[in-house]
Amino acid sequence: MATVPTTARCVVIGAGIVGNSLVYHLAKLGWRDIVQIDKGPLPNPGGSTGHASNFIFPVDHSREMTDLTADSMRQYKELGVFTESGGFEVARTEERMEELRRRMSSAKAWGIEASLVTPEEVVEKVPFLDPSVIIGAFWCPSVGVVDSLRAGTLMRERAMELGALNVVSTVEVTGLDVEDGAIRRVRTTGGDIEAETVVIACGVWSPKLAAMAGATIPLTPAVHQMISVGPVSQLAERPGEISFPIVRDMDTFCYERQHGSDMEVGSYAHRPILHDAEEIPSIEQSKLSPTELPFTSDDFDDQLEQALELMPEVLGNPDVEIRYAINGLLSLTPDGFPILGETAEVKGLWSAAAVWIKEGPGVGRLVAEWMTHGNPEYDAHQSDIARFYDSQRTREHVKARTSEAFNKTYGIVHPSEQWASSRDVRRSPMYDQEQALGAMFYETAHWERPFWYAANEALLGEYGDRVMPREAEWDSRWWSPIINAEHLAMRERAAAVDLSAFSMFDVKGPGAKDGVQGVVVGQVDVEPGRVVYTPVLDQRGGFRSDLTVMRLGEDHYRVVTGGMTGNQDRKWFRDHMPADLVVEDTTFAYTTIGLWGPRARDILGKLTDADISHEAFGFSRCREIQIGNQTVLASRISYVGELGWELYVPMAEGSSAWDLVFEAGREHDLIAAGIGVYGTTGRLEKGYRAHGAELDTERSIVEAGMMRPRVKEADFIGREAYVKQRGEDPLTVLCTLTVDDHTSSTGVRRYMLGGEPIVTSDGEPLVDGHGRRAYVTSAGSAPSLGKHILMAYLPPDQAVVGNKLAVSYMEELYPVTVGAADATSLFDPENSRVRS
Amino acid sequence: MVNVLVCIKRVPDTSESVLLTDDAMAVDGRHVGYTVSPHELCAVELAVQAAADGGTAGVVSVGSGDAVEQLRDALAVGVQHAVLVEADDAAFGPADVAAALAEVVEAGTPDGTPYDLVLLGNDAADTGDFQVGIRLAYALGRPVVSGVSTIAVSDGVVQTTGAGPAGTEVFEVPLPAVVTVMEGGVAPRYPSVMGRVKAKKAEIDTRTPSVTPRGNGRVRLKLPPEQPSQVVVLGEGAAAAPALVDLFETMGVLTK
Repeated sequence: MATVPTTARCVVIGAGIVGNSLVYHLAKLGWRDIVQIDKGPLPNPGGSTGHASNFIFPVDHSREMTDLTADSMRQYKELGVFTESGGFEVARTEERMEELRRRMSSAKAWGIEASLVTPEEVVEKVPFLDPSVIIGAFWCPSVGVVDSLRAGTLMRERAMELGALNVVSTVEVTGLDVEDGAIRRVRTTGGDIEAETVVIACGVWSPKLAAMAGATIPLTPAVHQMISVGPVSQLAERPGEISFPIVRDMDTFCYERQHGSDMEVGSYAHRPILHDAEEIPSIEQSKLSPTELPFTSDDFDDQLEQALELMPEVLGNPDVEIRYAINGLLSLTPDGFPILGETAEVKGLWSAAAVWIKEGPGVGRLVAEWMTHGNPEYDAHQSDIARFYDSQRTREHVKARTSEAFNKTYGIVHPSEQWASSRDVRRSPMYDQEQALGAMFYETAHWERPFWYAANEALLGEYGDRVMPREAEWDSRWWSPIINAEHLAMRERAAAVDLSAFSMFDVKGPGAKDGVQGVVVGQVDVEPGRVVYTPVLDQRGGFRSDLTVMRLGEDHYRVVTGGMTGNQDRKWFRDHMPADLVVEDTTFAYTTIGLWGPRARDILGKLTDADISHEAFGFSRCREIQIGNQTVLASRISYVGELGWELYVPMAEGSSAWDLVFEAGREHDLIAAGIGVYGTTGRLEKGYRAHGAELDTERSIVEAGMMRPRVKEADFIGREAYVKQRGEDPLTVLCTLTVDDHTSSTGVRRYMLGGEPIVTSDGEPLVDGHGRRAYVTSAGSAPSLGKHILMAYLPPDQAVVGNKLAVSYMEELYPVTVGAADATSLFDPENSRVRS
Repeated sequence: MVNVLVCIKRVPDTSESVLLTDDAMAVDGRHVGYTVSPHELCAVELAVQAAADGGTAGVVSVGSGDAVEQLRDALAVGVQHAVLVEADDAAFGPADVAAALAEVVEAGTPDGTPYDLVLLGNDAADTGDFQVGIRLAYALGRPVVSGVSTIAVSDGVVQTTGAGPAGTEVFEVPLPAVVTVMEGGVAPRYPSVMGRVKAKKAEIDTRTPSVTPRGNGRVRLKLPPEQPSQVVVLGEGAAAAPALVDLFETMGVLTK
């Protein structure tokens, strides 16, 4: 019986690709006394790594995932376990070809070599594919396969050579002890280990392990079916594991990958088959391994026929037999991203889970950096475990979303596509009124948020072509010209916006001022009643978030931030402030109603006796006022560039406050406007940056053009880095561009949606000082300007107002002009409306 | 030319550690999935080979509708037609299964010709009853050979070969006959992709037996006591080679 050491600096549970990469990177970063355990034998302890198909396609629509994949490929190559094969994504339909054109956009935006090819060009490299079945393909020469088990062994060995690692296999974790909210001990069948840092890198078992400590890792084990057929004479003729490109048959959600003389066919087409982490068989109970479950052939039959269609010569040969077939378990998460970082519930207990082979080593490095410095090189907000709210950790939610997502693995997913399952969880107090107005609800952080209102359709007639209608179905999917009509009505009159999805937390107690000062860039040593919009940086001066801070009292601040990042922001504040300060989540205490437009003061004035004149209630001030029979906190700020207020209303009174505002607004033609205006058109016209689009930890205040004249004296996280950045020329500059001509080669006007590469007028790539390609971070209508606006980071020498460039959309170039090379807004650049 | 019928039973895969259901009346296949026994896999292979020169090979199972999966597996490797006799697995004991199978054998092949040879596995992998083959032969009034690993059919005679206590036993039995098969004589083939596609589309002839089940009389199943396994580490890397060679020699797979 194997035994474990009694203490460790850090325990890594799991010896799959993630655990192995992690111990290596921790060792490299100077960690010692690491103990890695696994219940299975090495080198293949029986998790998902052991049966992975091990191929890597580098292009993803998400930059974060693409970065992690690229980093992993570099590491696999350095370890000598990568074989480049090239890969095709083939299209059977025109709709898929269009998606492959979009894939080209992503490839160009991330700087990965790729091209679109004809069926004949596919056959040149894959002679046994029937070209009559496909109409074209996306070719990526850098696709390859890896030996992930060998990579893991090498990484463990390197960590051991550094004297950093003790590996113990065949011991199973039986408990995780938590004391005072922090991890203390790992109990195993081979003894107990005292440790203050423990990482769960257990793939599909991670939820079970987390539960032992009272934490949650919201992933589910799910089946991915795979068969291996052979011997295929055409494959056997060439030596080595792989000498033909991998083929992803995108429309059938399948892939064909050579493995020696065998062909592996894998599927994401079958019904979602989910398992529970607690129900996975033990090693003894399993025929092959715990994650290679019995094949359910019924689920695969259709895919077999489709594969036969694509490769009849190979798969139709009666001597080619199905020699191996499994229902392989892998990890799925509700939003498709990994689950990384310290768990919300237990200090010192980390998750490195829901990671596939293609991003494993990159994740190992990222998590190791995170554990070491608190701020990994790559922005991790999409993978951060803190992104999940309680309702998003529920098993029901995980099952619903992963079931819905499974068949989208190779699907054509519109960037604005909404989930159909696990909806209607968080309703704002105004939900009924909004439904009556025909709200089109989108979901953010489980909140139902109106994106536009069918009731405003009448405005379309009023504004005609000023609403910039979109002809192409793809451009107008999950969009409505009503958004632009609402925008114009807000700019002319006034609009109310439901902002219930804001996340809020209060910081209270003696020392609150110093506590908040230490976290945010902006000066919060201000008189109570001031509102401060401020960046929050990490230690390297990267943008963690941007949010508003209201000083409500001597020792009382309220932070208002986006619903998407609220949990992460709250954890960041909590982790970086003195323990005696209270950080209290007030998200569910208040709803927020935004009231903006030239008539906002007239409307609010009807409801209150308070002096709300510009002189008495200036911009960036907040105070309690009475509206009707309610007391609300009014804050004069705007994300849409208009005169107006955010009204923070006790949740229970939100519905009646909404009614009050609309009663008062009737004579001023107040409309309800959706998040389409708030989040896109209004903000883009004003050049306001959004976290997750323009802002992330890989960007600085200077690069984002958000530098203020002075840096406050008080110290704050990232101050030193920020001061240094201010003294240097930026390597990249955030710009606002407008599209000069929308007409495609077929005469259709096209509207970019975001993510497209920005190139020179003749199509040459633009590379900034970080080595990144220029790409569109946000795109949307600017109805007041009659323009389509794009934001993008450009190389500094290209960031010149008036510079003529191009945007590549669906493989065609459209001319664009740089409209602003800093935060200056294209609409109302003097900000006279906000300050009127 | 010979018409062969293979009888198969859907059973949990018992090649790894066996789990019983909560009531201990059956083997739990939850983690390992379902299959047919290795004996039956060989019987299917023998049937397909025997029918290769123009005969027919059919397959039958008595049990729940889930057994269609195993029938299709047999169709995928070359069996031509399949019959499912729908029955409650728990209610049907070995005698009932034999009676139900006898009805199928007597009805003959789909084109009405009689089955010359009926193949079964020697014993069920889950319940180990060792009964159905013999009872079926008795019901049909046909000769039976059990524990057979290979067969050869010619001129109305089946010659069987199998391991007996004193060495290899060879029998010649006139057709029609019943033979129960032990694994080891042939290597069952894997299905081809085409075979699976064809099997998926094949009709399964589903019948209801006229048998009134007498039951299996089973009280409960019991697992044998766990055999403790012992691991001896021979060494690491090249240094372990001499010990490994010694071990191979003891096992008789290598002589120095």
